Amino acid sequence: MTAPRLLDTRSVVFLTLIAVAAVAVPMANLAAEPGSALHLSSFAVSLFGKYLTYALLALSVDLIWGYCGILSLGHGAFFALGGYAMGMHLMREIGPRGVYAHPVLPDFMVFLNWDALPWYWWGFDMFWFACLMVVLVPGALAFVFGWLAFRSRVTGVYLSIITQALTYALMLAFFRNDMGFGGNNGLTDFKDLLGFSLQSDATRAGLFVASALALAAGFLICRFIVTSRLGQVLVSIRDAEARARFLGYRVESYKLFVFTISAMMAGVAGALYVPQVGIINPGEFSPANSIEIVIWVAVGGRGLLAGAALGAILVNAAKTLLTGWAPEIWLFFLGGVFVLVTIFLPRGVLGGLTAAGDRLGRRRRREYRPRTATSGRTTQPAE
Amino acid sequence: MRMFALTLGLLAALLTSGAALAQPLEALVAQLPAGGYPDRARVIAAIAESGDDRAAGVLEALAAGELFALKADGRVVRGIERSGETVAVDPLTGAEIGPLGRRDGEKIKVNNALRRDIAAALGALTLMSPDPARRLAAAARVFAGADPGQIEALDAALARETDPAVRAAMMDARAASVMASDRPLAEKREAIDRLVARGDRDALSILTAAAASPDAALAAAAEAGRAEVERVRALWGTAQNLWYGLSLGSVLMLAAIGLAISFGVMGVINMAHGELVMLGAYTTYVVQEAIRAAAPGLFDWSLAIALPLAFLVSGAVGVAIERGVCRHLYGRPLETLLATWGVSLILQQAVRSVFGPTNKEVGNPSWMSGAFEIGQIAITWNRFWILIFALAVFALLLAVLKRTPMGLQMRAVTQNRRMAASMGVRTDWVDALTFGLGAGIAGLAGVALSQIDNVSPNLGQGYIVDSFMVVVFGGVGNLWGALAGAFTLGAVNKFLEPHAGAVLAKVLLLVFIILFIQRRPRGLFALKGRAVEQ
Amino acid sequence: MVRQAANSMLYLDGVSISFDGFRAINGLSLVMAPGEMRAVIGPNGAGKTTMMDIITGKTRPDAGDVLFAGEIDLTRHDEAGIARLGIGRKFQKPTVFETHSVEDNLLLALKGRRGVFDVLRARRTAAESARIDELLDLIGLEPRRRDLGADLGHGQKQWLEIGMLLAQDPKVLLIDEPAAGMTDAETAQTAALLRRIAGEHTIMVVEHDMDFVRALGVKVTVLHEGTVIAEGSIDHVSADPRVVEVYLGR
Repeated sequence: MTAPRLLDTRSVVFLTLIAVAAVAVPMANLAAEPGSALHLSSFAVSLFGKYLTYALLALSVDLIWGYCGILSLGHGAFFALGGYAMGMHLMREIGPRGVYAHPVLPDFMVFLNWDALPWYWWGFDMFWFACLMVVLVPGALAFVFGWLAFRSRVTGVYLSIITQALTYALMLAFFRNDMGFGGNNGLTDFKDLLGFSLQSDATRAGLFVASALALAAGFLICRFIVTSRLGQVLVSIRDAEARARFLGYRVESYKLFVFTISAMMAGVAGALYVPQVGIINPGEFSPANSIEIVIWVAVGGRGLLAGAALGAILVNAAKTLLTGWAPEIWLFFLGGVFVLVTIFLPRGVLGGLTAAGDRLGRRRRREYRPRTATSGRTTQPAE
Repeated sequence: MRMFALTLGLLAALLTSGAALAQPLEALVAQLPAGGYPDRARVIAAIAESGDDRAAGVLEALAAGELFALKADGRVVRGIERSGETVAVDPLTGAEIGPLGRRDGEKIKVNNALRRDIAAALGALTLMSPDPARRLAAAARVFAGADPGQIEALDAALARETDPAVRAAMMDARAASVMASDRPLAEKREAIDRLVARGDRDALSILTAAAASPDAALAAAAEAGRAEVERVRALWGTAQNLWYGLSLGSVLMLAAIGLAISFGVMGVINMAHGELVMLGAYTTYVVQEAIRAAAPGLFDWSLAIALPLAFLVSGAVGVAIERGVCRHLYGRPLETLLATWGVSLILQQAVRSVFGPTNKEVGNPSWMSGAFEIGQIAITWNRFWILIFALAVFALLLAVLKRTPMGLQMRAVTQNRRMAASMGVRTDWVDALTFGLGAGIAGLAGVALSQIDNVSPNLGQGYIVDSFMVVVFGGVGNLWGALAGAFTLGAVNKFLEPHAGAVLAKVLLLVFIILFIQRRPRGLFALKGRAVEQ
Repeated sequence: MVRQAANSMLYLDGVSISFDGFRAINGLSLVMAPGEMRAVIGPNGAGKTTMMDIITGKTRPDAGDVLFAGEIDLTRHDEAGIARLGIGRKFQKPTVFETHSVEDNLLLALKGRRGVFDVLRARRTAAESARIDELLDLIGLEPRRRDLGADLGHGQKQWLEIGMLLAQDPKVLLIDEPAAGMTDAETAQTAALLRRIAGEHTIMVVEHDMDFVRALGVKVTVLHEGTVIAEGSIDHVSADPRVVEVYLGR
């Protein structure tokens, strides 16, 4: 427990898996002959890429929920904001190739008879600016929202409910045409990114690798935070907020810090998600989406970063399979997962496996070394 | 002043009803195709003078260009569009004669002058009709037309009119006509007063038009009248918004109050609450279907039958959720929230699988359809009864909590679970019953909502965020908080809507609540003190 | 009174607070000198815990002065700020970080910088390790240094919490019912522990257990309905007829 290492065995395994995927998936798509058993379709590459962005999103939720006890039911909002920031850049990239062939305005603005770009669209033609906004916009919203909420000590279910209200309000707002984000239809019909066509296999493979790198980077950032003393303080806040406060830790600052970091990660995930699925619309803000993220984390194992990522991939793979095979089963399945995991598997799949492994390991140790000085439990104080 | 003469003649004919010179209506109608427009005008006058009840129908058909003279025998028929083809019917009896081909008959033409004649004749005819509803309609038509030529007809009709409502409508019509006439200023001032008293949008537009008149005195009087009307209308507008707010508030309260109970007593969030509301609505649908099939006469009772059933259905599902899910998660409110969300997905999909994804038709019983007016605000009966129902549910719940042993135990558990347990209260039973009660009330809410909303598997989703806002705003575990929260939010929403639009109003409201909760993290009516924070 | 405030460590004067009309604290005045140990007793609802809430900044009083070290107005600081000033508090229900080891519990409590970025960069120093060893010896939990907080017994959690308080190196310790739920032997050990750390620190102990208070052998303040009704040695207050009536007589 003391001084946890940045890279424990599980982390190394996790990063290795990401690295393998980052090499194998593009290879299987680009190098393997179509029709061979090893070949992976371009659709599958984008699908897996989408899973990786979901994994990064799950990681961001796990950082605040698993380690600091903040259950955000509105993290989809940060994801969607990051997505919109990237979507805006992609819209500007279309340039005069839109249906209305307007040199600057995206099609939907021409359709709405707008004659100039709104000020908040300025600068999104530059990739670096869009990337900055991908991080800054969700971060700024999280900072302001968190500053208000944590300072007033809004905790527990109250916090969950107002985060839900936040994403709901954003959804309603983005549905409005007047907002200038394409209303109902959102942003779509993207053409290319940095000059590479989004339809080409190479671009898709590139985006997959970028997602894998982002996931690995996100994982390392989270690991760095949770293995630092700050991480220990976060867990302390999760378990006994008042105790941490009376020890002199300004709890709201700590919560604000991780909440903002987490929102930025979610924004990056959203930005990588949008070019791979080709659309961003206000539906991404729906409260149901945000709750679903939480269940990915719960399924994989809360408070185990790799678990959250694993959960996101497992649940979404199940979703892809089930909605294709028997759509009406999907909600029964998802609902059932919510109920069963919270009741029977509070530590998630990975947590459960780890616990089982530990028990096994301990038993084995005990067989070899039945009693040692340090493992014996003393109940007397050394007075 | 042909019209004037015509009207006078018509009046004379009507007043000396049963005049010998009148020909039978059938003969007059037969003469319609003959001759030119002046001849037709004379026939129209004669028809109006006939005093026959069927005259108005014929004239209306003529004005609408629906009368034809058959080429074969010159007979006058009325052509009616029926499922894409024209059918000839008798203009007086409405009896069907046969299909009317495009070349079978020649349309009896009317020009604008004739149309005015017909309108005047119709106005006068119906102003004198023995049926008060027709007289009222005629007065409204004259008001809308505002034709100075009708003033005499109105005066004559007013002289005989005894029904106060029709009389008032005729006076309004007369005022409108006077404003359009070149009558002296004094009369117009009276007319302005009359229009101000009427005070609706039509009166406003007449006054606004008059305020632009070149006659300075008239313009000033009309302007003063217009300002007065606008002031009164603004007042009524506020009242109308208040009503909308109350109505929305009552819906919010119904949806939220069950949630407030289970949240208050058990500290758990039931995310499936919206689906319990939805089950209540579907129960109403099933009850109505059964009644339609078995005993259509009972339809007006359908809601009364649905209420207890909805309470039981949703209540039973609620108890099942508590026993099956929440019980295992006590002390872990966030996990409870997630698990009940899972239940809500299952319930939604279950209903979708059984009843299909589309909206179900739930009818309003006769006593819940239609609307009534108080001054200038229109109140629909269903919204009215839902408000009454919401208050009744609130009162009942208050009584249950304050006056019954179960309520006492529930309050005990709310305040101090461990103490209550050690005093012999079976807290697990109290939990189950509380949850069941909250769920049952969600079912009742569903019955009410089925009357104003689409009954679909997504019904509950639309209310869940709003209900949470009510509970959080009002303060947990406090029925009065839920009441105040619901009505405040309802009113604020409806007062914002005219300025910001429906969606933005909602967004603003959510932002307001997010900010509000910073000031009062435990809601409007939060309990204070040390014990609450443990 | 001003002179009294100047030499005091903790100074409360005319403090009042009410919750929904109920006056939990009513014109309470209390002064503690540096290095003093004081026992505060009183029946349930006397306002003992609320008084601690006020001193530690959890609750703001409606009226009255709360001064620390004769000059710092505590009503202007929040809990974390007051803790950093040097006032430590132990809760009625023992509260330690259950998923951290005993050692880490102490590490997190050690006096040091508390800013987010300071903590992010912080690495354990030799001085910190030495101090943790010292504290573990003091509270008698050396053999269990690697066990999780959750695995400790009730009494051990109490000691660990006291250890965490000491790790903060506070000037004032507020200790709420340290003997609650302890065996007699544990109670005696706790009293000994408190006596040992007294002198270096100003300590206020709230307790129900009269034997424990007697074992501490310090000045006693009796609270009733939010006011001080008696002050003095345990024998002195035991003889006070009002105290007998409201508290001991029951």
